[in-house]
Amino acid sequence: MDAFEYASPSTVKEAIALLGSDWEDASVFGGGTDLISLLKDDVEETKRLVNIKRIGALHAIQNDHGSLRIGAAVTIEQLMSASDVRRDFPSIPDAAEGIRSPQLHNMSTVGGWICQRPRCWYYRNGFGLLALDASGKSLVEQGDNRYHAIFGNSGPAKFISPSSLGPVLLALDGRIHIEGPNGPRDIAAREFFVTPQKQGDRELALAPNEIVTGVSIPAASRGMRNGWYEVRPKEGLDWPLTSAAVALKMNGATVESARIAMGHVAPTPWPADDAAKWLEGKTINEDTAAKAGDAAVQGATPLSRNAYKVQLARVAVKRALLAAVGQLATAASA
Amino acid sequence: MSSHDDKPRPNGEEKPNRSHAKDAQDKNLPDLSRRRFIKGAGIAGMAASAGALLADRVVEALPRPQTGAAGAAGVLGPGEVPVTLRINGKTQTLNLEPRVMLLDALRNHLDLTGAKKVCDRATCGACTVHIDGRAVYSCTTLAIDAQGREITTIEGIGSAEHLSPMSQAFWNNDAQQCGFCTPGFVMACTAYLNHEPHPTREGLEKSLGGNICRCGTYMGIKDAVLEAANATKSKGAVA
Amino acid sequence: MADYHWPPADHRALIGKRIKRIDGPQKSSGQAKYSYDINRPGMLWGKMATCPYAHAKITKIDTSAAEAMPGVKGVVTIVPEGQEVFWAGQEIVAVAADTEERAEAGADAVKIEYQQLPYLVADTDPQQAGAQYTKQLENKVAGNPDQAFQQADVVSEGDYGVPVITHCCHETHGQVTEWDGDDLHVWPSTQAVSDMAGEYVEGLGQMGIKIAANNVHVDTQYMGGGFGSKFAADTWGIACAQLSKKTGRPVKMMLERDQELMVAGCRPSMHAHVKVAAKRDGTLVAWDSDTWGTQGPQAEGSPTLPYVLEVPNVRAKYTAVLTNIGPARAWRAPNHPQMALISNGAMEDLAAKLNMDPVDFYLKNIDLAGSHAKIYRDEFAKASELMDWKSKWHPRGQGSSGVLKRGVGLSIHTWGGRGNMSNCQVVIHPDGSVETNIGSQDLGTGTRTVINIVTAETLGLPLSGVKVNLGDNKYPPAGASGGSTTVSGVSTSTRMAATSALNELLAKVAPSFGTTPDKLEAWDGKIQVIGDSSKSIPWKQACAKLGTASVTGTGRTNNALMSSGVGGVQMSEVEVDTETGIVRMIKHVAVQDCGLVIDVKTAESQVFGACIMGVCYAIYEEKIMDQPTGRCLNANMEFYKLASIADIGEIVVHMMQGPGYDERGTIGLGEPPVISPGAAISNAVANAIGVRVPELPLTPDRVLTALGKVGKEGGMV
Repeated sequence: MDAFEYASPSTVKEAIALLGSDWEDASVFGGGTDLISLLKDDVEETKRLVNIKRIGALHAIQNDHGSLRIGAAVTIEQLMSASDVRRDFPSIPDAAEGIRSPQLHNMSTVGGWICQRPRCWYYRNGFGLLALDASGKSLVEQGDNRYHAIFGNSGPAKFISPSSLGPVLLALDGRIHIEGPNGPRDIAAREFFVTPQKQGDRELALAPNEIVTGVSIPAASRGMRNGWYEVRPKEGLDWPLTSAAVALKMNGATVESARIAMGHVAPTPWPADDAAKWLEGKTINEDTAAKAGDAAVQGATPLSRNAYKVQLARVAVKRALLAAVGQLATAASA
Repeated sequence: MSSHDDKPRPNGEEKPNRSHAKDAQDKNLPDLSRRRFIKGAGIAGMAASAGALLADRVVEALPRPQTGAAGAAGVLGPGEVPVTLRINGKTQTLNLEPRVMLLDALRNHLDLTGAKKVCDRATCGACTVHIDGRAVYSCTTLAIDAQGREITTIEGIGSAEHLSPMSQAFWNNDAQQCGFCTPGFVMACTAYLNHEPHPTREGLEKSLGGNICRCGTYMGIKDAVLEAANATKSKGAVA
Repeated sequence: MADYHWPPADHRALIGKRIKRIDGPQKSSGQAKYSYDINRPGMLWGKMATCPYAHAKITKIDTSAAEAMPGVKGVVTIVPEGQEVFWAGQEIVAVAADTEERAEAGADAVKIEYQQLPYLVADTDPQQAGAQYTKQLENKVAGNPDQAFQQADVVSEGDYGVPVITHCCHETHGQVTEWDGDDLHVWPSTQAVSDMAGEYVEGLGQMGIKIAANNVHVDTQYMGGGFGSKFAADTWGIACAQLSKKTGRPVKMMLERDQELMVAGCRPSMHAHVKVAAKRDGTLVAWDSDTWGTQGPQAEGSPTLPYVLEVPNVRAKYTAVLTNIGPARAWRAPNHPQMALISNGAMEDLAAKLNMDPVDFYLKNIDLAGSHAKIYRDEFAKASELMDWKSKWHPRGQGSSGVLKRGVGLSIHTWGGRGNMSNCQVVIHPDGSVETNIGSQDLGTGTRTVINIVTAETLGLPLSGVKVNLGDNKYPPAGASGGSTTVSGVSTSTRMAATSALNELLAKVAPSFGTTPDKLEAWDGKIQVIGDSSKSIPWKQACAKLGTASVTGTGRTNNALMSSGVGGVQMSEVEVDTETGIVRMIKHVAVQDCGLVIDVKTAESQVFGACIMGVCYAIYEEKIMDQPTGRCLNANMEFYKLASIADIGEIVVHMMQGPGYDERGTIGLGEPPVISPGAAISNAVANAIGVRVPELPLTPDRVLTALGKVGKEGGMV
């Protein structure tokens, strides 16, 4: 790890002014658990860390005309403790609880939860985000891809988006709030996560001199039934193999509309729109949830060693749907 | 390799016979373009690029933004700067590069070696300390970022002569073998109990997933947390 | 004269009781100083430049840039130009600098050029690996297996395998070294304090630095786990001492986590195709196994299959596959966990085919275990009771009909565990204080506590009446702690030394009782006439009769006080989510004998720990080597997965003690209980889901594949 400069500004504007035009110029520093690890591994380099945790404006959880706005520096622990978040959008704390480490809850921020870099072991071992060999062929395809993508992997990117908040935000139609030298902007979570197409591309629609200032969930998503399920091998701290977030607008026992997003299956959180559409007008039960799971994994393109993840994605969707209507426990022990 | 092989196997460093190995083939390995992976490796045919990278060791300062506001933001480093830390109730100032982790500041600069470096990547919990009463991984906490906070290490909650209730419970329940994960576990358990004074076996399992023991002392740790909870109910806080 | 034999059960104050480890407060308060924690005045930090390729020839080394780096004080080349390196992560150059961060930057600045060479790192069977990477080490036949298979009623055939795993010691390998004139002080993280001087004499000698063994001072008070991987000085130890010599300053050089996982030890893989046959009544008649394993760059020895049960007709073939994954190192019970999985897995499959409860199947054949048959019978009975086996076992796959399926499985094992060479010195001072000196080490197994107990028991003192000194080679030499050899080594040598010291004391005090020493004993803090506490003097007063001279007793490992050869039965209960393939531990029962148990508390801890390590390698753990890059892909603790506190279920440990066990004297305990969990858990999964998952660890991909929910080679079913 190189030596770097450090700054701890108190406003977003100051922070932006401290960033550079290249990724290596400066890094936004939140909880740091991922960034520091990347720097220690020499996977990423930086000349300057810009700490955003002392920017008061980024610490708020607030109701903004019915939409929920969460500041980028809010810790996961604070998010889990926010009773109104738990009441209105329970899939957020549910996903947070999947991170089985109080230390990470205490350190990690919402901004880092969505901006953390992929855990692809070729990337983390220094072979680049796309992990191409000298002839341009994918090391992931040639090598061990048990934890890699089963969707969205036709291009060079085979890694999976690591964030469990990502699919939750897609299901809740969330937006990402960003500020750069030209002022603030916001973008649908669905557009924020992108699949790199060539060397040098990143997996987030973010410029090096921009800061994620927070996320928001629109008023329209209130009152939807939330469901979250992750297939995680260990009960302790471990990465999900697949995950799914669902949000259901119900009319009595019938689904009026639905949004489903799978996590850990593609370079981005992966929406399952066909499955969601299919659920409209149906009641959620073991059978319809299973069929929605089948629909969600239609068109999966597993690699040499990860076809099992197709089954796990199918199950994650099914169980997230059952969780949303409070039927998971009975299904799992059936 | 007999079934009663009591002898530890010697550490064989003898080189294998490779006389029949095929001719060197192009393994098509990409340019391992980050230093950690070319640690000392100028790959044949790629030495120039690697060399250039290696020569670029000095951190070039970014042009400082001209605005007064940014100036006020106070860019520090990359060289040593004074870092004032409040550790176990005592305020100390060290000269540290901004890249120095809290764990290394404690261990290498203050000889507070209770917190251990194990995974060094925010996974195993051996480096756990408290900041403002909450458990954190000090291996990925910058010392400079811990300024102005109340840092508590294992040394701050007790000693071998005056064990904290949690340390005492670890001893009573033999929740330790080699003991290298123990201080981190004690700190994680202490923070847990401070926030959950009435733990259940299931609850504590769910809440202590951020620490790993290699020797396998978890059974003792579960008992220790429950015992410490009972012991502290009458006596107040754990630490 | 006091009798050195172990006291009978009704005359033990400490042995066989539940005693807290004496160094517990130091450990749980964070005050224990491990090698990693040693900070010396003026100390430098060492870091190493390592090879990124699995096999390469070094064509050029340029350390000039590193030497010019800020804070760098010294550079030592470990592998010179022109030589080959045989695994990724192999150490090439060591750099010392004034801070840890600068040492790392210095190591990064070393320029090394390589010519890449062919390699094999994948866990590949001999056919795929090719002749140049394989070595057939065994092809044995006993009895007449062909005929026996032909005549058998039932034949079961299956595949079983365990991948390469590593030690992942929490305290990485490494040491602090410091020269003081001709003397070298080393604080290594080691399992072999008394061997370490010789290691440095030899290693430094090869580097042209002559040093006498009596000038090497080794100190390891606490060490953070070894599990069989820390017996040598290692290249980093020698390089560290060279850096100290060169810079004239103490140097601390500990491996980083990725290095620890890459280079500091592999447990060889083992895979087998097995055929095993029995008569209709379950009597075992024949075994045939074709076994291979990757062992790193060296290959030696072969497994003993079948395991524990000596089947009359056997064909067993073993082929080693040489790989560029770093050298194999002993991993707690070398080879036994692998052999147990293969053998107990095949036996359980056969029992299932016979429609037999595996407990009945094993009991039917238990005489094939030879002299330990009775021990196994006792242990099966106890384990069955603790597991409630009879009510939990069901024919394979015929448990509940839901998604979550439970099953139970079992495994048996054996180990030697004879005490190693150990010398001990017990000193009784005129003020009544006592010290026990022994050049052994406490890896966290409770060695200090055991020595304390034996000394105190022998002298009739409380634990606090004895000070134990170990972990330093100034004390009488003791063997390395490996292979479950330490407890017998130190217990018997301590018993002998303490008895000898006591005899000297009794000789001094006998006249004041008007009797002879053989009529006296040390009991309950007093010297007394045997069996008559009314004729006694307190310990301190007795010692005062020594005048000004302390008495010293010495002792060595004594075969009359120990033996070897243990059994052990374990049973597992698991729950498998048949939609996700996730395996969860419900309950694990370990019933273990180890002769005379000195301290029940730390002995049970050993068994608990072994079971948990077993859960790790059964369900989570695997060193993942990548053939395209030649690299270990999971050299971190995020993807080198170890069980957390929430992943182990309930564990029940029962130590076999009392008549039939105590008379055997002490036997080592560390290895045996780690042998069976993989097989017991794998068998429990087979019982739950109705099919064998052939390979450990029992991860969702493997379980779902066995369930037919994933096609081979990635194709969907």
